[in-house]
Amino acid sequence: MQCPKCHAAMHTYNRNGVQIEQCSGCRGIFLDYGELEALTRLESQWAQQAPPAPPAPPAPQAYPAAPAAPAWGAPQHGHGHHGGGHYRQRGFGRMLFSS
Amino acid sequence: MHCDPPLLRALHDIARRAAHRTAPPGACPACGGAAGLGGVLADRVDGTVVRHGGAVAKAHAAGTDEQEHRLRIGVAAHPLLDGILLPPLPADATPATPEGRPVTAWPYGVPVDPRDPDAAPWEETARLLARLHQVTPVALPGPLPGMRGPAKVTLAVARMRAVGERPGTDAVEAAWRALPPWARGEAPAPEGRPTALCHGDLHLGQLVRHPAPDGPWLLIDVDDLGLGDPAWDLARPAAWFAAGLLPSAIWARFLDAYRAAGGPAVPADGDPWPRLDVPARALTVQTAALAFAKSAAEGRTPDDVEHVMIDTCARIASLRTELDAPASS
Repeated sequence: MQCPKCHAAMHTYNRNGVQIEQCSGCRGIFLDYGELEALTRLESQWAQQAPPAPPAPPAPQAYPAAPAAPAWGAPQHGHGHHGGGHYRQRGFGRMLFSS
Repeated sequence: MHCDPPLLRALHDIARRAAHRTAPPGACPACGGAAGLGGVLADRVDGTVVRHGGAVAKAHAAGTDEQEHRLRIGVAAHPLLDGILLPPLPADATPATPEGRPVTAWPYGVPVDPRDPDAAPWEETARLLARLHQVTPVALPGPLPGMRGPAKVTLAVARMRAVGERPGTDAVEAAWRALPPWARGEAPAPEGRPTALCHGDLHLGQLVRHPAPDGPWLLIDVDDLGLGDPAWDLARPAAWFAAGLLPSAIWARFLDAYRAAGGPAVPADGDPWPRLDVPARALTVQTAALAFAKSAAEGRTPDDVEHVMIDTCARIASLRTELDAPASS
């Protein structure tokens, strides 16, 4: 088959049982229906079987695991430091003292 | 600012008389002209506070329920609250302003410094709340009134409505509609939520060191104190954390200290949000509604910090819409 983008010839490869077409010109990849899902499945299987990652460097004492937050919370939750900007600049002095 | 000179003078007289019980005029540093020992500490619709040396006098909000007010002051003076709430100074009689606002006298304490975030007493605040929530209510003067937290949400929304529709008020209204009736002060709290003696309006302006300048931290302002769901007292820091204003490390310190002190508002382990969710949403609505009321009164639009709370209301509202959609279809 021909690459829809650069019209060079596409070659078929088999990767872990999934057929993928790659363009000999632009190296673009074409996936048939269901093949992306098959790759995703393979990826998650690999992640489960993978040996444990080397231990992460210990987190600084002051920032343990991120505390639980509600679903409506700010999207950037989970990184100990976030919020610090607002907190220091204006939030602390104003918001945290008013009723 | 209100600025009612006769009221401020009357409060100053009461504070001076209270201060002179322990420091007679000759020995009173404020009378000696020392700077920074007198003056107006707060002047808002819900409370005016004037200091003279070692004492302050507070005129409570107009429309304060007299019976409930007496009980709340009685709780602050009760020995069971020793080391938790700042006790009032004995007053001459029961003074009131000409408009009938009750007036009370208190020892002066040093407040939290709003310019020094690192010095904020988060753990002490959490431990004081945990102790407050573990006081046995039946041992106190009664019948104890209800904690006024939920009623204040409703008052804040009313203040927002009074300044009219603005960009973002619809999100606050939607988040308000998504609250259960008890969180709007329209119904008693449902069975199954714990009941305890609550402060009712906790924020960092509600703590002082007494005796000044380096005595232990104590909670002040009993105007909203009463029986209710103790999670309400954790809900303002919880809302700041959820909105992204309060760094998660500080929230974790606060919550851990509360749990370590045996606080009953949340389970000792695990996710505290099943308990915190409704009160924290309510405080988010209250804060956003007041942001509209205050910014309109100051002739400006809400600033960046206020917008964080308004945006959080929008997220609450959109999430509720998603959750409610299957039920309504």
